[in-house]
Amino acid sequence: MTTNTTAWKGAGPVTGSRSFFARLSDGDEIARLVTMVFAATVVLITAALVWELWVNSSLPRQKFGFSFFVTSVWDPIMDQFGALPFVYGTMVTSAVALIIAVPLGIGAAIFLAELAPPRVSDTLQFFIDLLAAVPSVIYGLLGVFIVVPVMRTVIYPALNKPFGYLPIFKGPSYGVGFMTAGIVLAIMVIPYIISVSREVLLSVPRDQREAALALGSTRWESTWKIVVPFAKTGIMGSIFLALARALGETMAVTMVIGNTPKITASLFAPGYSIAAVIANEFTEATGDLYLQSLIALGLVLFLLTFILNGMARILIVVTTQKGSGVGA
Amino acid sequence: MSNARLRWRKFVSNFMLAMTGVCAFVSVLVLFFILGYLVFNGGTSINWDFFTKLPKPVGEAGGGMANAIVGSGKILLLASLLGVPIGFLGGIYLAEFSGKGMASVVRYAADLLNGVPSIVIGIFAYSLVVLPFKHFSAYAGAFALGMMMIPITLRSTEEFLKSVPRMLREGAMALGASKWKTIATVIVPAAYRGIMTAILLALARVAGETAPLLFTAFGNRFESHGWSQPTATLPVMIYTYAVSPYDDWHRQAWAAGLVLLGLVLIINILARTILSRGIAVPRS
Repeated sequence: MTTNTTAWKGAGPVTGSRSFFARLSDGDEIARLVTMVFAATVVLITAALVWELWVNSSLPRQKFGFSFFVTSVWDPIMDQFGALPFVYGTMVTSAVALIIAVPLGIGAAIFLAELAPPRVSDTLQFFIDLLAAVPSVIYGLLGVFIVVPVMRTVIYPALNKPFGYLPIFKGPSYGVGFMTAGIVLAIMVIPYIISVSREVLLSVPRDQREAALALGSTRWESTWKIVVPFAKTGIMGSIFLALARALGETMAVTMVIGNTPKITASLFAPGYSIAAVIANEFTEATGDLYLQSLIALGLVLFLLTFILNGMARILIVVTTQKGSGVGA
Repeated sequence: MSNARLRWRKFVSNFMLAMTGVCAFVSVLVLFFILGYLVFNGGTSINWDFFTKLPKPVGEAGGGMANAIVGSGKILLLASLLGVPIGFLGGIYLAEFSGKGMASVVRYAADLLNGVPSIVIGIFAYSLVVLPFKHFSAYAGAFALGMMMIPITLRSTEEFLKSVPRMLREGAMALGASKWKTIATVIVPAAYRGIMTAILLALARVAGETAPLLFTAFGNRFESHGWSQPTATLPVMIYTYAVSPYDDWHRQAWAAGLVLLGLVLIINILARTILSRGIAVPRS
């Protein structure tokens, strides 16, 4: 190949077979190096993020170890930090959010992908995209001034009267609490479930539907028994994405959850979440252990969303590839 | 099969399909509800003072959020100056220069960064920019938001560059252009609308971010001179005003909410309708 290289020198842009200096002289090598530096910066930043979180949370790791997650005393004055109430709050609010958002989101996605004519579907999807772009502090604002009063005056009496004997609907309501935060979160994650599920449903090959219809199934039966199971993994992926988003959501939750580090079975009781405690206490955290405990909570959030996003991506890619592969 | 059973199946089918329609319309209605409520509540409290005056001390009515509007502008400008070049040039590397191994590492890092909750980005900016300088600043806020713009810019630059038809490349190469000249004069111009759309969408997304600014840019009730002081921003102002106990502050929170949402939605609509028109390039 070396003889070729000399023979081709300057003959044209056959990039692979020219020497380093030839490429340097017409700028290709410089462009490659410069853009590579910027690409490497992205990797560096991500690594630095993980490193900072890990290093700056070493104190609570040494002092509390795993008991950080299973004790529920959060007392900055006595330097006692247990994250259980926040972990509990994050889990409960995300669960409430998913219980509301998953049926609504999948239903809407089925309508957009299976039923609506393309123009209607695209228009509605446009609005859904806009909904996903609404800043979370706006959801918080509406949560404080609309959802909280509605919760206190409408939803709480409606659920507490007939079902008040159940522990989850027991006790008084102040409007703020797990349920309120869950409802606001549900509204926030629905657009994500719809967009991704719609994509996944649209990638289900046409012959699957036609075969089911030809065998005499109704439109709904072909959708629910054939198309949705085919897209099942991808829809799961969209739910994971929504869950990751709900776990990390800060502002809207902080504004409506009540900010009380207590574990209560009642969904009407005020609580706290991981992201909310970081937002509220970070600037006033005095002492290294206090600050580092908050950063440790940030690390937990990071790891949770990292795992969920990774799983979501795998599930979605698997389904869309299955769709295009079989359809051909 | 009996007739009654068939009728039942048809009923179930129609009913469930109608329900999916209800789901879709309820979801979309939420958007119009949010918009309507903000216009209704914010529209009445928005006035010229809101854009031109500084916040008044607690208890005094009136005043505006001029400092927060300027602060948001400053931080968004700086964030774009930081995030867009890294994302854009990194995207060019991914699409045009890189081998498989390096590309997958960069892509993975970008996706990871994209999924990080915004409050965690705030912690990162705090420990990297605020702690060393011992000062909340516009720099720190812009750093946090810039970090959030990188992955979106990077991945979409890559996507749009890759969708430029092969013929264009080959044409430029055949005319004797070097590779970087091909990229700079043929490929990037062919893809710039898509890339601009993505950058605008990234900007709209970080414009509404509150969590990463809480302990980086912090907030300020006065004008902040220069870049190294605590700086007020619209989203943080909305938050502090909404959770405050004062009616007049609530009124201003609605006004600020309307301004912010209007801004974000207008950028989104412009980017999605005007800029993205005619992006779909034919692939050979």
